[in-house]
Amino acid sequence: MEMNKKEIQHEDTELRLGLPGTDFKSQINNKRSFSDIKEESTSNDNDKSGNKTAAPPPKAQVMGWPPVRNYRKNCLQAMKKEAEIGAYVKVSMDGAPYLRKIDMKVYKGYPELLKALEDMFKVKVGEYTEREGYNGTEYVPTYEDKDGDWMLVGDVPWDMFTNSCKRLRIMKGSDAKGLGCLA
Amino acid sequence: MRENTRLDGPTIGPAPVYTPPCPDQVLENVLENVLHFLTCRKDRNSASLVCKSWYRAEALTRSDLFIGNCYAVGPARATERFRRVKSVVMKGKPRFADFGLIPPNWGAFPTPWISAFAQAYPWLQKIHLKRMTVTDYDLQHISLSFPSLNDLTLVCCEAFGTSGLSFLASNCRQLRVLDLFEDEVNDDEVDWICSFPETENNLESLSFECIDFPINFNALEKLLARSPNLKRLRVNRFVTIDQLYRLMVRAPQLTHLGTGSFTPSEIWIPAHQDLDFGAAFAACKSLVCLSGFREIAPVFLPSIYPVCANLTSLNFSYANLNAEELSSVICHCHNLQTFWVLDTVGDEGLRAVASTCKDLQELRVFPIDAREDSEGFVSEVGLLAISEGCKKLRSILYFCQRMTNSAVIAMSKNCPELLVFRLCIMGRHRPDHITNEPMDEGFGAIVMNCKKLTRLAVSGLLTDKAFEYIGQYGKLVRTLSVAFAGDSDMALKYVLEGCPNLLKLEVRDSPFGDSVLRSSLPHLYNMRFLWMSACRLTLSACRQFAKEMPHLVVEVFTNGMEEVNDKDEFVDTLYMYRSLEGPRTDAPEYVKIL
Repeated sequence: MEMNKKEIQHEDTELRLGLPGTDFKSQINNKRSFSDIKEESTSNDNDKSGNKTAAPPPKAQVMGWPPVRNYRKNCLQAMKKEAEIGAYVKVSMDGAPYLRKIDMKVYKGYPELLKALEDMFKVKVGEYTEREGYNGTEYVPTYEDKDGDWMLVGDVPWDMFTNSCKRLRIMKGSDAKGLGCLA
Repeated sequence: MRENTRLDGPTIGPAPVYTPPCPDQVLENVLENVLHFLTCRKDRNSASLVCKSWYRAEALTRSDLFIGNCYAVGPARATERFRRVKSVVMKGKPRFADFGLIPPNWGAFPTPWISAFAQAYPWLQKIHLKRMTVTDYDLQHISLSFPSLNDLTLVCCEAFGTSGLSFLASNCRQLRVLDLFEDEVNDDEVDWICSFPETENNLESLSFECIDFPINFNALEKLLARSPNLKRLRVNRFVTIDQLYRLMVRAPQLTHLGTGSFTPSEIWIPAHQDLDFGAAFAACKSLVCLSGFREIAPVFLPSIYPVCANLTSLNFSYANLNAEELSSVICHCHNLQTFWVLDTVGDEGLRAVASTCKDLQELRVFPIDAREDSEGFVSEVGLLAISEGCKKLRSILYFCQRMTNSAVIAMSKNCPELLVFRLCIMGRHRPDHITNEPMDEGFGAIVMNCKKLTRLAVSGLLTDKAFEYIGQYGKLVRTLSVAFAGDSDMALKYVLEGCPNLLKLEVRDSPFGDSVLRSSLPHLYNMRFLWMSACRLTLSACRQFAKEMPHLVVEVFTNGMEEVNDKDEFVDTLYMYRSLEGPRTDAPEYVKIL
């Protein structure tokens, strides 16, 4: 947890406009991740025309090739994404001039995540109840899911949340009135 | 009528007028007696060709009906000939349907078959369907028509859901085996597990790894409690490792286990920290086959150490493991015969397999990133290592991005027992990455040295030379898969003329044209089917061909719902198969039957 915090503070001073998962370190400090390096070398091998400049554009995918069944492809796709991106999610707070990024995989459940958010932004978000959401607190944690809907953090089971959460936003309590389970 | 013909003589009854059976009848009785022991269908087919008497006797004694193409023969004809069938295995769509190359609703409907079987074989015990469009109605029909049904297995099927499964669970009282492998199952939100009767049952095998949504776990646990004969249980990825624990302690007699997600539930329950997964595995002294590991948390891998030495089959093909993690397990698996794995283990992981698994017979290495330009994590190094360590290898499926002729040649020499060699170099037209030569010599060596080879899939940069080798040496080859290969029509001609046992030829994206059809003429009745997609076949040639070959069904289609356009230079897909029934009537309009 401490290591994580240190990293976050460092990133804190860098203004970024990218989406979660893009590796800006490679552009800023000229440091390459291992996968970047590997990708370049293999694309040079493949380039039959002898053009030794940057990696050639990826070929258009051919239908049904390589011959791996769709079911397997879909399962493995999901796994690969998780492994690669490490489930980093942007967190913003209304009124704060900066963004943070957190690694969702580090947290085992909502209590830990909420505590982390509270520590990160020095606010109190209080406790979640199914009926009333985060009633009575000034700040309310919300998230954008895969379908683009804004939901209250805690509305769905944890694993569903980690799989569908695209980014987090700590809203002012008054703005969040429309969200949450209308029990 | 026929049922009363006993092989041990006339039935006992009131003083009959005894007429001794004529010599022909005696011979036929003896023949039936002997033919009961003939199980291999190839032998049975040969026996049926001897003479009419043998044909009849064979037809009466065949209890296992195998139909490799559901359109090659019709239900009426099949049930008319074979009167005493107890088990049916039937296949529908051609294999390339798995890769999206067949239009929606193309066919392979088992409905008319089930109706026919319900009439002709009400005592039917076993039904296996592969690549068929099975609806909930079909499953309901099955569940109500065959009171003796004890084995229902669906492989690569689609169009049914939990409501269909529910019918099976509640109505098939003799069910011993309900196995779903790689099917697409719809979530109708019906609790099919609850549909099993409350009483004790005969279940021996329950497999549903392919179901991609949660099941009622509590119901499953209770079901296990009333399934004393259960030996094979393969659960889906929605069963967590702590739930798996509960199942295992109830069923330590299991021989085959599909472990589900193999990761804890996200809701952290402190009590789970105390669960001794290792002990649970150790208690399963009969475990020989493990699969699942769909979302594996590698920290739990050591739990399976106690059973590794007994394992003959291990499927890690959904487990993202690195070489080190794999090695820690595989070093204990001395008896492994079947091993499926992801390429994330790399060449180093395969080296570990090669050094321990001396009895390995089947290896499949799948890519975690199945794209043409992905980074492959295994190469010729891994293939070579396997060939040097696993000399008894019979079947290999290997996805990679880099390969050399010398590694393939080495495998051909080190593994003479190979029956199945399927190498998929994912990047199209890739040569030997060291010499830059085509992969002709490698595949040539395989057909030359692996004298028992029956199934071959080729890839990489290949000229007609490779096919010349196949035609020259591949005398036992029954199935050949070709993609993005060859230079001219000669390639397929070599194969069609040279391989007398060729049964299934599937070709895609290769420069073969109309003259192939002409040279295939004498061979096509000996083949189950010919598939050619994205080749250079003209519609007029296909039409001409269909006219000349009455017992072939010639289908032309695209992989979508667009009608076949007469003005297109080449047809998208040609799918041709022998059939006694003529053109089928259940095809959608966008599938043209010439």
